[in-house]
Amino acid sequence: MQIDLESVFSGYSGKREEIIPILQDAQEKLNYLPKEAMRKIAKFVRVPESSVYAIATFYAQFRFKPMGKNHVMVCRGTACHVNGATRVLEEVEEQLGISEGETREDMEYSLETVACIGACSLAPCMMINKDVEAKINKKKVAKIFSQGN
Amino acid sequence: MQVKLDALIEKSKIEWANLYSSKKTVILVGTATCGRSAGALDTINAIENFTNSNGIECEIIEVGCIGLCYAEPLVVIYSEDKPGVCYGEVDEKKVKTILKAHLIDHNPMQKYSLGTFGDEKVEGFPVLFNEPVLKYQVRRALAKCGIIDPTKLEHYLSFGGYEGLKNAFEIGPEKVIETVKDSGLRGRGGAGFPTWRKWQFCHDSDSDQKYLICNADEGDPGAFMNRALLEGDPHALLEGMIISGYALGASTGYIYCRAEYPLALERLHLSIEQAKDIGLLGSNILDSGFDFNIKIKEGAGAFVCGEETALIASIEGYRGMPRPRPPFPAVKGLWGKPTIINNVESLACVSLILKNGAEWFSEVGTESSTGTKTIALVGKIKNTGLVEVPLGTTLEDLVFKVGGGIPNGKKFKAVQTGGPSGGCVPLELLNTPVDYDSLNSVGTIMGSGGVVVMDEDTCMVDFARFFLDFAEKESCGKCVPCRLGTKQMLDILEDIVNGKGKIEDIKLLEDLSEGIISGSLCGLGQTAPNPVKTTLKYFREEYEAHIIDKKCPSKVCKELIHYWIDPELCVGCRVCLGSCPGGAITGDVKVVHVINDNLCTKCGMCYEVCPPKIDAIEIIPGSSVRVV
Ligand SMILES: Cc1cc2nc3c(=O)[nH]c(=O)nc-3n(C[C@H](O)[C@H](O)[C@H](O)COP(=O)(O)O)c2cc1C
Ligand code: FES
Repeated sequence: MQIDLESVFSGYSGKREEIIPILQDAQEKLNYLPKEAMRKIAKFVRVPESSVYAIATFYAQFRFKPMGKNHVMVCRGTACHVNGATRVLEEVEEQLGISEGETREDMEYSLETVACIGACSLAPCMMINKDVEAKINKKKVAKIFSQGN
Repeated sequence: MQVKLDALIEKSKIEWANLYSSKKTVILVGTATCGRSAGALDTINAIENFTNSNGIECEIIEVGCIGLCYAEPLVVIYSEDKPGVCYGEVDEKKVKTILKAHLIDHNPMQKYSLGTFGDEKVEGFPVLFNEPVLKYQVRRALAKCGIIDPTKLEHYLSFGGYEGLKNAFEIGPEKVIETVKDSGLRGRGGAGFPTWRKWQFCHDSDSDQKYLICNADEGDPGAFMNRALLEGDPHALLEGMIISGYALGASTGYIYCRAEYPLALERLHLSIEQAKDIGLLGSNILDSGFDFNIKIKEGAGAFVCGEETALIASIEGYRGMPRPRPPFPAVKGLWGKPTIINNVESLACVSLILKNGAEWFSEVGTESSTGTKTIALVGKIKNTGLVEVPLGTTLEDLVFKVGGGIPNGKKFKAVQTGGPSGGCVPLELLNTPVDYDSLNSVGTIMGSGGVVVMDEDTCMVDFARFFLDFAEKESCGKCVPCRLGTKQMLDILEDIVNGKGKIEDIKLLEDLSEGIISGSLCGLGQTAPNPVKTTLKYFREEYEAHIIDKKCPSKVCKELIHYWIDPELCVGCRVCLGSCPGGAITGDVKVVHVINDNLCTKCGMCYEVCPPKIDAIEIIPGSSVRVV
């Protein structure tokens, strides 16, 4: 695969402190961080590739496999946990046919859990792409995904 | 520049006054993340459609979160000469009914209203700010959230915005620090360290470059105070940062904000541009000779980056791992330069202190914990949302007066403060005041202000396991006590909730806790055992029930409960039988159904589908079959 990150690099000067923002921008552009991109980023900031991996693997935000078209993030924060997030996650897994951390083969959905989306007062919550779904229960989960499927 | 700002302030104040004195209808809609998740944007669409098609001239203002999140989407309507009325849970469908009644029939609807907004009374409506949820609050940091449009600098200015900064420039850096000292402000991000003292260190150090960092990482899962402030009143933070930068002699400020807060980030970017345009950021701010710029850094999803030295490492472009202190960041921080890290709320308080004075600030609160604290009230509580109370308010008042108590007639069990670093407080200790020292004395911490309420259905062992799971995942792995200790504690807790616990485990958990607390490098490890320690102290009988009786009294832990169909109640409707994914239920039409425990996976489906009128399925603590 030929990967072009020039548009990302043009906003930076190649300093070490820019690695994380560059990784963020590259992932935004490419949907994930393929090997080729990691190599190019390492070259651009002039640090060993292993160091770029060391940083990228430390932070939960970065992924090294492509993600599905829809990114489903079920919150497993405290407020959501107390309000039944475990059951919600089970139901989402059931509906999508994948487990936490997986992407469906048809590339329609990826499922992840997150620590908190900040809508704790309307727990339990999940986020689908940029939209927050609040006060969800098994029924609501079934409804949401039966439309999209 | 000063002249330009003064002119804008003058203009803003007039426009604000005109807005509410004109005949025009004004509608406020809460569109912070909480409002949006409840559907506020659809509500706005519906309002626009209605007013357009009925030829009603109206101004819709998108405001931040006023904290009554349980009733989102919130809409406040000011029509012609009537005072504002606040409506709750206004989804798309209700818009038409409410607007027709209020704007066309001139008859505000009591049914959906929470009360009047402002001091004026309307027959039959309560005054919203006299309702218990707001009456016991003292809203200072949050005073403008839910009132102003956070995307408009003019709104912030019309409420005295940037007056604190002007005062700061008048009195000079030393006096600013003195004012903050006199106010008694302690850090709102966790440890409660006196803000002035850090500042003094940094101010006194001789360096060509100093940095200010605002910690907006808000990693405590279940807390969103900073998010609400950033989304609802972003200039309050910017003003506090400029004042702080001025006091420290720093020319660059960073805001380290978590990427999970896209709306807050958007608001911050916009506000920074607005501030630059009017000369509040950049060089020679308001002709004071002081230069200051603010940059935003997005966090990349690591809880430990809330810790000061880890946060610095992350900004520098490294793995976010803490380093031993001293040297403290105030001496040697970002790129080796003196650096001050303050929480969002601490900095927002600074603008208020400089505007209203130290004495005003310490009028409320206790002697050692002055001022107010914003608190995210969540979990099993009626009024979930964001509140601000004087420090020293008791947990009891917070939960039962402001929070409205426990919903669904359930019994209160415990309240967790301080997130993963804090502990549980049981019913007997509910008279504990919410201040730094009192919370410490009962084994928990203030933390950043997350308060999670639990009712009788929460299993305390599972809850402790939840936090240890979090700590274990978020441990950066640098020091052994935290990396391996949290893993060991988690394994033991997993055993206990799965019915494999041994009585010696309790002692082992206690020993491990001590080791991790005393041996860990940073605050993450040093506080990670707190949830276990406090639940062992106050809820030991629940641990014993799991270990000795193999029962989960709160009916949460799957391995330690079973489902049972009451033959007296079961009518044989086949609903549960058909829904059971494991084929564990036998019976027939009008023949009592029975669950085969050997096949049951405890998914709870039968319990959920059994018609409420019949309600024949019970969850029973203990894994054995109940003998009737
Ligand atoms: C693991 C860990 C996570 C933290 N997370 C946060 C956070 O999300 N927000 C915050 O303001 N402080 C957090 N803190 C506390 C900060 O390290 C620091 O004490 C605080 O930001 C200082 O600001 P203040 O004096 O204004 O409270 C955390 C500390 C630790 C040890
Ligand atoms: S705990 Fe789920 S949104 Fe905060």
